[in-house]
Amino acid sequence: MDADFASQCPAPWASSDTVTLAHGGGGSLGQRLLDRLFRPHFSNPVLATAHDASVLPNPAAAIAVSTDSFVVRPLEFPGGDIGHLAICGTVNDLLMAGARPRWLSAAFILEEGLPMTTLARVVASMARTARRAGVEIVTGDTKVVDRGHGDGIYINTTGIGVLTSQAPIAPSSVQPGDAILLSGDLGRHGVAILSVREGLKFESTIESDCDLLLEPVEALLRAGLDIHCLRDLTRGGLGAALHEIAATRQVSIDIDSEAVPVCEAVRGACEVLGLDPLHVANEGRFVLFLPATQAGEALRILRQFRAEASRIGSVRPLATVPVSLRNAYGTTRVLPYLSGEQLPRIC
Amino acid sequence: MKHLDEYRDATSVRRLVSAIQRLVTRPWTIMEICGGQTHAIVRFGIDQMLPAGITLIHGPGCPVCVTPVSMIDRAIALAGRPEVILCSYGDMLRVPGSQGDLFSAKARGGDVRMVYSPLDCLAIAKKHADRQVVFFAVGFETTAPVHALAVRRARDEGVENFSLLVSQVLVPPAIEALLSSPHSKVQGFLAAGHVCTVMGLSEYLPLARRFRVPMVVTGFEPVDLLRGLLACLQQLESGRAEVENAYERAVREDGNPSARQWMEKVFCVTDREWRGIGCIPASGYRLRDEFAAWDAERRFPSTARSETLTTECWSGRVLQGLCKPVECPAFATRCTPDHPLGATMVSAEGACAAYYRYRR
Repeated sequence: MDADFASQCPAPWASSDTVTLAHGGGGSLGQRLLDRLFRPHFSNPVLATAHDASVLPNPAAAIAVSTDSFVVRPLEFPGGDIGHLAICGTVNDLLMAGARPRWLSAAFILEEGLPMTTLARVVASMARTARRAGVEIVTGDTKVVDRGHGDGIYINTTGIGVLTSQAPIAPSSVQPGDAILLSGDLGRHGVAILSVREGLKFESTIESDCDLLLEPVEALLRAGLDIHCLRDLTRGGLGAALHEIAATRQVSIDIDSEAVPVCEAVRGACEVLGLDPLHVANEGRFVLFLPATQAGEALRILRQFRAEASRIGSVRPLATVPVSLRNAYGTTRVLPYLSGEQLPRIC
Repeated sequence: MKHLDEYRDATSVRRLVSAIQRLVTRPWTIMEICGGQTHAIVRFGIDQMLPAGITLIHGPGCPVCVTPVSMIDRAIALAGRPEVILCSYGDMLRVPGSQGDLFSAKARGGDVRMVYSPLDCLAIAKKHADRQVVFFAVGFETTAPVHALAVRRARDEGVENFSLLVSQVLVPPAIEALLSSPHSKVQGFLAAGHVCTVMGLSEYLPLARRFRVPMVVTGFEPVDLLRGLLACLQQLESGRAEVENAYERAVREDGNPSARQWMEKVFCVTDREWRGIGCIPASGYRLRDEFAAWDAERRFPSTARSETLTTECWSGRVLQGLCKPVECPAFATRCTPDHPLGATMVSAEGACAAYYRYRR
């Protein structure tokens, strides 16, 4: 289904075509962009109504809403692009609340001079990922800013999902004694972006992990496990996610550093740059909190999707240190909550 | 991962720790020079594995930490000039000068860029022929060769819109200053492995002799650090004070003569101000007169204001090994990585940042 999607694209843009200020000016050029690019790709009955607001059916259960803006540079990177990322990011956030993602809005801020072929690739990529996720893009917006006032494309997506479980899947449900599982290896997205952005060359190309988390999360929910909390790991990596949960729920978290999977290529790149993979961004990984008695079953399910999935730690009552890390020598240290982005060191 | 896993191996670590435990008969105080070593010690909990009487104190070997406020002010002033593109290593950007840091200079509209190598700046200079590209050349003997290389290449390729703001410091004069202090408690040193890959061992011989302290060239992984500590403690227990290489996998006795040749052609020794310590004679490099055209200090008249240091910051004492970061009253309260009072809280290699990150 995905492979033939490109052939449906009705608008073969000339390589010289670029986005102009007129595309965002509310006139015929903007309408043409909508009709030739966005509508064909995002085609669905709600969007086809072409009204100022889209009308959605009233779901039977409570809904979850999430919004995110995407400003990645470069727009296309090993393992993904900003369009794929813009769908995955919001869909994954909805999944983390135990919601089935249904509808998305997509708002674009385009920079004058952006090649139309680049925009077409990004939009096609969004459409592909949205289909895989089973979500419809039901409303959208396009604005164009002067050249030099943007990084080509900024995208905001807001998503609505319908809750599938009764018990709240949220940081507030985390309990001392819970096991913490990680769905795969860490650091691929951050290192992939850094290496292309800064022109760093490593022996093997590291691809972003940017992907939908739909399948593993649905498999976990289907298994009827008592899931307390799910959290996808994005900026700030595992470290930031654990700190946020520990602070919200007022608990402490112990992590076994030996159990945290990081692939050789990412480890190598992080060693060279002086970065800690535990704080590097991911776009297709999550942590799962659930009763320790169900950890084995949950791990078995996670490993059907990624062999590196691992049980990395546990929750205990609040102590002085929110998140601590035990190493192979039996000593422990604080896992810090970083104040900002990690900076590569001098030597 | 080869060259890494074997030096973090838990069995080797335990074997070295028990050798140290069997050896030690009394308390000793040892200083690791390099900030990279400090971070590894705190991160891996090496100090927690040692017998109770062994005290590790953390030396001044963090280039970001010892860069004087006046130099950061100068970089910030340069970043404010419309024609200048100021390039720096990443961890210099958050170090506070008297008027904010380079990040805030960037936010005010300065063209401040993070680079991984000064050679990247040459490419930037060629691309922007109408701008002045200044590289903030900070570091010890480890970064000096590549900084020298960049200047040589700029001269050879006729790149005139490139210059270095040099804040280059040297390890042995700092050790000498520390040991000459009446407050010094240091009985042995772990010398900085990376510096010695360039400089070799010979500079340390007169220091070990004069001050009767063992100096053991040491690496940065847990096994390296424990091997260095074991060698240093063996000397202390047997009353020796020698220069010894416990980082043979990277350091040759004569270092890297060809790198030194590059440095010596481009730089000459000068007095340098060390943040928190003060001026140390003959403790740094400046560009030789024949490379004056690539010296940012000579190209741009100084507009930086004079230094105003916060009195609450104990980084000077920390850098001299006179106190541990946690003993500072501002530590983790009024001084944090979000609001650093001193550079030791900012740099990835600063002792205060290491304690804040791993020990609270």
